[in-house]
Amino acid sequence: MSMTVEETKARNKALVDEVLSVYPDKTAKRRGKHLGTYEEGKSDCGVKSNVKSIPGVMTIRGCAYAGSKGVVWGPIKDMIHISHGPVGCGQYSWAARRNYYIGTTGVDTFVTMQFTSDFQEKDIVFGGDKKLAKIIDEIEVLFPLNHGITVQSECPIGLIGDDIEAVSKAKSKEYDGKTIVPVRCEGFRGVSQSLGHHIANDSIRDWVFDKLDPEKSTFASTPYDVAIIGDYNIGGDAWSSRILLEEMGLRVVAQWSGDGSIAELEATPKAKLNVLHCYRSMNYISRHMEEKYGIPWVEYNFFGPSKIAASLREIASHFDDKIKEGAERVIAKYQPLMQAVVDKYRPRLEGKKVMLFVGGLRPRHVIGAYEDLGMEVIGTGYEFGHNDDYQRTTHYVKDGTLIYDDVTGYEFEQFVDALQPDLVASGIKEKYVFQKMGFPFRQMHSWDYSGPYHGYDGFAIFARDMDMAINNPVWSLTKTPWKAA
Amino acid sequence: MSQNAENVLDHFNLFRSPEYIEMFENKKQFENREPADKLEQAREWTKTWEYREKNFAREALTVNPAKACQPLGAVFVAVGFESTLPFVHGSQGCVAYYRSHFSRHFKEPSSCVSSSMTEDAAVFGGLNNMIDGLANAHAMYKPKMIAVSTTCMAEVIGDDLNAFIKTAKEKGSVPEEFDVPFAHTPAFVGSHITGYDNALLGVLKHFWDGKAGTVPVPERVPNEKINFVGGFDGYTVGNQREVSRMLDLMGVEHTLLCDASDVWDTPTDGEFRMYDGGTTLEDAAAALHAKATVSMQEYCTTKTLDFCASKGQETLAFNHPVGIAATDQFLMGIAKLTGKAIPEALARERGRLVDAIADSNAHIHGKKFAIYGDPDLCYGLAAFLLELGAEPTHVLATNGNKDWAAKMQALFDRSPFGKSCHAYAGKDLWHMRSLLFTEPVDFLIGNTYGKYLERDTGTPLIRIGFPVFDRHHHHRYPVWGYQGAMNVLVWILDKIFDEIDKNTIVPAKTDYSFDIIR
Repeated sequence: MSMTVEETKARNKALVDEVLSVYPDKTAKRRGKHLGTYEEGKSDCGVKSNVKSIPGVMTIRGCAYAGSKGVVWGPIKDMIHISHGPVGCGQYSWAARRNYYIGTTGVDTFVTMQFTSDFQEKDIVFGGDKKLAKIIDEIEVLFPLNHGITVQSECPIGLIGDDIEAVSKAKSKEYDGKTIVPVRCEGFRGVSQSLGHHIANDSIRDWVFDKLDPEKSTFASTPYDVAIIGDYNIGGDAWSSRILLEEMGLRVVAQWSGDGSIAELEATPKAKLNVLHCYRSMNYISRHMEEKYGIPWVEYNFFGPSKIAASLREIASHFDDKIKEGAERVIAKYQPLMQAVVDKYRPRLEGKKVMLFVGGLRPRHVIGAYEDLGMEVIGTGYEFGHNDDYQRTTHYVKDGTLIYDDVTGYEFEQFVDALQPDLVASGIKEKYVFQKMGFPFRQMHSWDYSGPYHGYDGFAIFARDMDMAINNPVWSLTKTPWKAA
Repeated sequence: MSQNAENVLDHFNLFRSPEYIEMFENKKQFENREPADKLEQAREWTKTWEYREKNFAREALTVNPAKACQPLGAVFVAVGFESTLPFVHGSQGCVAYYRSHFSRHFKEPSSCVSSSMTEDAAVFGGLNNMIDGLANAHAMYKPKMIAVSTTCMAEVIGDDLNAFIKTAKEKGSVPEEFDVPFAHTPAFVGSHITGYDNALLGVLKHFWDGKAGTVPVPERVPNEKINFVGGFDGYTVGNQREVSRMLDLMGVEHTLLCDASDVWDTPTDGEFRMYDGGTTLEDAAAALHAKATVSMQEYCTTKTLDFCASKGQETLAFNHPVGIAATDQFLMGIAKLTGKAIPEALARERGRLVDAIADSNAHIHGKKFAIYGDPDLCYGLAAFLLELGAEPTHVLATNGNKDWAAKMQALFDRSPFGKSCHAYAGKDLWHMRSLLFTEPVDFLIGNTYGKYLERDTGTPLIRIGFPVFDRHHHHRYPVWGYQGAMNVLVWILDKIFDEIDKNTIVPAKTDYSFDIIR
């Protein structure tokens, strides 16, 4: 029943050709470069990436604003992030990403609030700078415990020639050097969320780091200081990660950016090592800190016990024996829990096939967790990956894995229908499509309102969730019994 | 460690275990937190009249608004037509947001495409995006119609949809005779209800005004049918079916203009239906000849109804009618328009609703409510509460205008229960927070975002509105008609009884009132 690798590759090629046949020629040629099969030994996945989406095809991608406000900046909890422009962008992204945090919302923390300049026609015609200045004044009156402000540009800002930098500078001066960060993340910039990550990273460099006064810093560092970079604490992911780093003897001085604060961002140049989970969204600032402050960074993967153990050892390798022993102690401590989880769920999930389509790091990072449960990933792709993501992916995927970059609604539907996986793991826009088709599904952006999935504690939840999706009895009831097959 | 393979702890319990609580405490040293007393002082200050006055003095900042932007309404309209693909011209991120937003509310797929404009289109205009986009969407998704609207990006740079679509057709993107209605839907004007109005107007103009000059303008030959327009409605699945059922009972021939009740309620049976149900294009065109167009949401359909009137139709507008009197007016309005009698079956339904209200009135009478939502929904719910002897003390519509506030005031003035009630147009949920602290009420009615107000002010939330993300399947129930009002009554009562039970559940302290009969 199972195909050889060569048969799989031939099937994939035929499938891609068939899917492309629906497109107009020009589109088929362009989309063809994003669809392929991983060939063992190659340095990448053989697909093009990080280029413009094609109009009208139903891309799953978002925009630069989503990458900045929604991903990088939004979770910084003690700052107020203004969605600057019309009301919609902030409304649709309001509290939807499950960036958990602790604080008194509306008083000293603001993550799950929607601050908007709610642009009207007159703001478009006459410009919004005066309004922005007034908004900052009103924020200072009504939310006096805020520790800073960011201005998240929506599309019109860059088109009408507003000077949000000048407003930010002037207001920062007026409020005693308060951190006010203008972010040029207008949605039309770039090809996806990805440029928004980059722009947001750069804005931290320019408007937070470059304004730091080393004389004023009272931060006392230790040899074991690390910063968690690129964990957005979705469902508490950063917490179930932080606990492991602390248990092995490290001191986590900052979380970027889930449950993070401006003070943590400012302290990070004092860290000894930056540990980077989501490479795609925060490699830029990690590289900058390496160049400017000499802080090394290391990528890690906290999905599933195999990758967690390897990552703990890799992180520990940057420190002394005390930390290395700490890593071994942590691995040993959680081993019985991991064994119990695998013993419980692996028999129910062994051999099940998964198709992924996610953003950031997950199209590769979660593969190990599935494999720990005896499952196999047969197709994967990135919403907004670059070639360096596809290079990294080669360390995770098997020969013959179907690869689809910036997949369109139509393509994904056709691929899943042809490959008949046991589980599709993607986003909210895809969830109900595949459930209608009878496929078990888990959202892998929001953890389907579950999580955390990171760390050992998270893996237990991950395993339980995959089991409850695949072994949901409703999937045996989708066919109406009195209708002929 | 607290995690356990046998009994896996979810986030809400996992993070309450001692090791995490200790970790959270330890993390504070890096956060530059405000001192506890300062925080407490600030928190208490936000509850005061002084804060309320500063809050209401805001002129520029909006915090937690209860409105979305125009294109969302345009997408809502598009999917209400048979095999119609919504196509939003502008940045692609917007479309990802609309799709997510609808899917989170309806728990259904939400199909929509973008023309994916980027920097070069910002400079040179999005004509090529329109040409390629229409061609691709038509080839891949095989719609019968593509309904085009715009994001603010396309509006700011001034793209001309009429000219672009014409050019795209000339270039062969879609066949000349293929239906591509369009509407400019700038996000910086109005809200999602404005977008609904503009998009529906766009579709009707397309069919009734000669398809952008490509066919002769059809001549209206009046018939006896009634067009029915629901407006932007989170309960559209239940409501459209309920209205259709009532009109069928009356024997009224009708067209539901924009009917998304099937596409947002498809079965899970192994097939994904990108399109399902909806107003057929033939019916949309033939709706020109209808005797009248009836809108359930006046503020959602002002331009549309004007257009219908300009074609010689009678028009009738309601404000999201909920309850006995509002449903009476709706049915009698239809009866007057059509000359059809209201059948005994509906009189029986009315009687059952009156019966239910009489049975339960003691628990609602005199209770104070705050309501927020779209202007029509607010009006309909407030009218129902007054009918129940309750007081809709604060009624707030971020996308309501002065006319709406005046209309609300007139409603309050007609009822002895409306004396201390006030309508707030153009205000947001941060204003509502101040209202709930300074002039507390017993219950709050609103969408999912109201749960933050419930948390902060302790006002129990009854979820009625759009979007509702954190409760499932209520959108499948109607809130219109006598049966719909029954649903609303039960939702309100359930919350009231739950609160009474919560308030009396402490053993040996309050549980003498933990009654089994209420």
